[in-house]
Amino acid sequence: MDPVTTLPVLLGIAWLVPLASFTLILLFGPRMGKHGQGAGMLATAAIGTSAVLSLIALFFVWVPAYDWAPEHHAAHAEHGAAEHHDAGHGEAGHDDAHDKDAHGADEHQAEEHKTEEHKTADEHHDWRKPYVAGEWYTLGQFGKLRIGISYYIDSLTVTMFAMITFIATMIHFYANGYMHDELHEITDHEVTLSNGHHLHRPGRFHRFFQYLSLFCFSMLGIVIAGNIAMVFVFWELVGICSYFLIGFYIERKSASNAANKAFIVNRVGDFGMIIGLMILIATLGTFSFGDIDTDGDGTAEPGIFSLVRTEANNYALVVPDGMVRAAAASEIAAGVEPSAEQIAAWRAETGPGGIGRTAYWLLIVAGLGIFCGCVGKSAQFPLHVWLPDAMEGPTPVSALVHSATMVAAGVYLVGRFYPVFTPETLLVIAVIGCITLFIAATIAIVAVDIKRVLAYSTVSQLGYMMLALGVGGWSAGMFHLITHAFFKSLLFMCSGSVIHAVHTNDMTKMGGLRHKMPFTAYTMLAGCLAIMGAGIPFMIGLSGYYSKDAILAQALSFKASNPQWGFLFYVAAAGAAITAFYMFRLWFMTFAGKPRDHHAYDHAHESPKIMYYPLIVLAVLAVVVAWPFWPVSIVALLEQARPEGFHETVNGVLVSNLTHPAEHISHEPNFHIQATWVATFVGLSGLGLAIVFYGLSLLNPAEVARQFKPVYTFLWNKWYFDELYDYIFVRPVLFVANRVAEFDKVVIDGIIDSLAMLTRMVARLDDLSDRYLVDGFVNGLAAWTYATGSKLRSAETGRIRQYVMFIVVGTVAMFVLISLYIS
Amino acid sequence: MNLLTDPVGITHYLIVGAILFVTGAVCMATKRNALGVLMGIELVLNGANVNFVAFGSEYLRPGVLGIGLDGQLIALFVIILAAAEAAVALAIVLNFYNNHSTVDVDRADELKG
Repeated sequence: MDPVTTLPVLLGIAWLVPLASFTLILLFGPRMGKHGQGAGMLATAAIGTSAVLSLIALFFVWVPAYDWAPEHHAAHAEHGAAEHHDAGHGEAGHDDAHDKDAHGADEHQAEEHKTEEHKTADEHHDWRKPYVAGEWYTLGQFGKLRIGISYYIDSLTVTMFAMITFIATMIHFYANGYMHDELHEITDHEVTLSNGHHLHRPGRFHRFFQYLSLFCFSMLGIVIAGNIAMVFVFWELVGICSYFLIGFYIERKSASNAANKAFIVNRVGDFGMIIGLMILIATLGTFSFGDIDTDGDGTAEPGIFSLVRTEANNYALVVPDGMVRAAAASEIAAGVEPSAEQIAAWRAETGPGGIGRTAYWLLIVAGLGIFCGCVGKSAQFPLHVWLPDAMEGPTPVSALVHSATMVAAGVYLVGRFYPVFTPETLLVIAVIGCITLFIAATIAIVAVDIKRVLAYSTVSQLGYMMLALGVGGWSAGMFHLITHAFFKSLLFMCSGSVIHAVHTNDMTKMGGLRHKMPFTAYTMLAGCLAIMGAGIPFMIGLSGYYSKDAILAQALSFKASNPQWGFLFYVAAAGAAITAFYMFRLWFMTFAGKPRDHHAYDHAHESPKIMYYPLIVLAVLAVVVAWPFWPVSIVALLEQARPEGFHETVNGVLVSNLTHPAEHISHEPNFHIQATWVATFVGLSGLGLAIVFYGLSLLNPAEVARQFKPVYTFLWNKWYFDELYDYIFVRPVLFVANRVAEFDKVVIDGIIDSLAMLTRMVARLDDLSDRYLVDGFVNGLAAWTYATGSKLRSAETGRIRQYVMFIVVGTVAMFVLISLYIS
Repeated sequence: MNLLTDPVGITHYLIVGAILFVTGAVCMATKRNALGVLMGIELVLNGANVNFVAFGSEYLRPGVLGIGLDGQLIALFVIILAAAEAAVALAIVLNFYNNHSTVDVDRADELKG
């Protein structure tokens, strides 16, 4: 099948089906089956369709076209140069596109089978990243600014589609069971009304699935988006969906607060993202990722990636002309286009105060702006506070938010926008990721809410991904994103199953549950082992083993190139140990040992089949999904989408001694083997500690907590981030708001009130004049008329004879008068 | 000028008309009986009619540009009107009599202000 025409159709439909489901449920939700039960089935069917389409796109369209069939691959090279960029690398003096293509694919296939792992940088050059870009619909063109519904499909997009839709399908199935209560009238025991009763409300089953469908649609929109403006639109849609879902139990104060918090914290990040967007549109004049022929003249207009990394520069990051021109705005006379030589000369001025340096800063700020949005969405260090609170939503939402959607969006966007990031930006990303992973991991040690432990573990793992991306491990970061999605959704759904059984989130009330719910317990064990990265070194392991190893190896390689930034590796390694510790702490506290709360234990039961079947599927996948010996391995797929220009080592410009080693270097034995041993060792040590504390109870954790009371309190209070933000942001804002409210009440209300008083006085005066002047005149006239009439009354005697006399006398008098006057 | 010796002219007619008018007016002013009042009205109207006819006659005022045949016509109209008026007035009187058992016009003072 021709991927250029097939992929946009397949993925486009996969993207829109959840929207259709959302619309249908929105319109007919409550009438779908009994109590809206059909809504769940519809949403599940919709996302299931998407999953099938995405898997077809991955296995039957993408893989044959770009990996295992060089002749197909070559054949498509001539199919519309405008949209299809799998043609060969355009180095002068090279052969025609077909040969290069075939060569590229061959080489890639070789890489796929790990037979030729350590290629030289030169070999990478000959291969060009395949992608399909185009536009479905143009929303509008305003001067240079063109906004449209476009797509950018590379192997990352296809892989993400498959992952998101598949996991979302599992979660939909699971949610059909989990949200069963919502089919009937609900009495919410966590909400007490003012009259002392608990809140009683109708079930909202259909509404849950309605939002879930919209959520999937938005997330898929981000992944398929072909321009950054469209990403931003769906980015916000994901934000609003998470707001709806986190605040699903809106009557609970904590839930509505958590929803607000998630939304507001994300807005902070999006502010930076808008700055990045504005820089890009102002300097580059395009939002598009890939090269799309928008004006139909047969040649493609370069997208952001091609502008930043031009073929002529061998895909090295060079400040694009637009940014140089923007930086040199004061030097350029109006209406004069600076020559190419002039721009090149300006670009070369990289010394302090030089134009080239300003332009470079523009690029950094644009990158940091975009990253700022990702910090909000992926809950990175300064803005990580919303994610643990997002636990207020129903557990399937947590599973979705924490694995396939929302938080994945931030990491995905960093990965997608990778070509635009300068080494300095990447360093910031790495440091932020490192801080995040450490803070979150330490907090997870002491948390007792089962979902909060998982939430902090998500934050920590997201930190890992950012760290990996920041130290140059593009495929390591994306790889961890995908493996993490599988085991984190599994872990959350298991925790949901436990909560469903014991009706509490508090791990101190659980224990010994593996006897009651074996499926949940052992699938969760698989998830814990996967997140810990368990495996037999150099032989086989669970999915986390491969992705975490790749991250650590890259961090190690980064440390070798930049000894001053070595702490990134040590923190990552320590984080791995902590991860193993808190995950098994969670597992032991929940499933092992003796029941702590017999009431909860006695009521516990295994969840219905619709809930634990998805768990089994995901558990199997969490184990096997990353195995490199599958015909289609994730690493190979991701390697195919590696951004141009990151096959080689790159150096920083502003920060001296900053080197991002190429990722293939981390596969060299000296890094790879060391990283694997480190990962295994720290993982086992964390596991050992957990066994000592919680498995065998050799040490009493409460005593240790007492011993290290300050540390414990510090961690228990989540590093006082909430309090800090409360002091720094919330209280000043409230203070200012209160002052403004007082100003409003005193000054503005005063002015308005006195104006009203004045109006009233004027009205009263007016009333008086009306009453006495105008009414007096009219009444006086009436009174006079009345009096005159009364006086004339006496003339009316009613006697005809008298009247006749009057007439006669009058007539005679008239005659006399007339005769007198005339004569 | 001696009216008694002069040939009959317009003056004589006017004197007859004046006598008729005054008689009618006095009759209207003095009679309490509604029918009497009506009779007085008839006299007044006919006094006016005599004047019209006299002013309209070429024989009585030769050489003077008078009102001509118009006088006779107006007299005819007055007679018709007097007939109509008499019919209406008699109906009113009959009704008044039905209600008050009398035709005394002095008793008809209920609408007095």
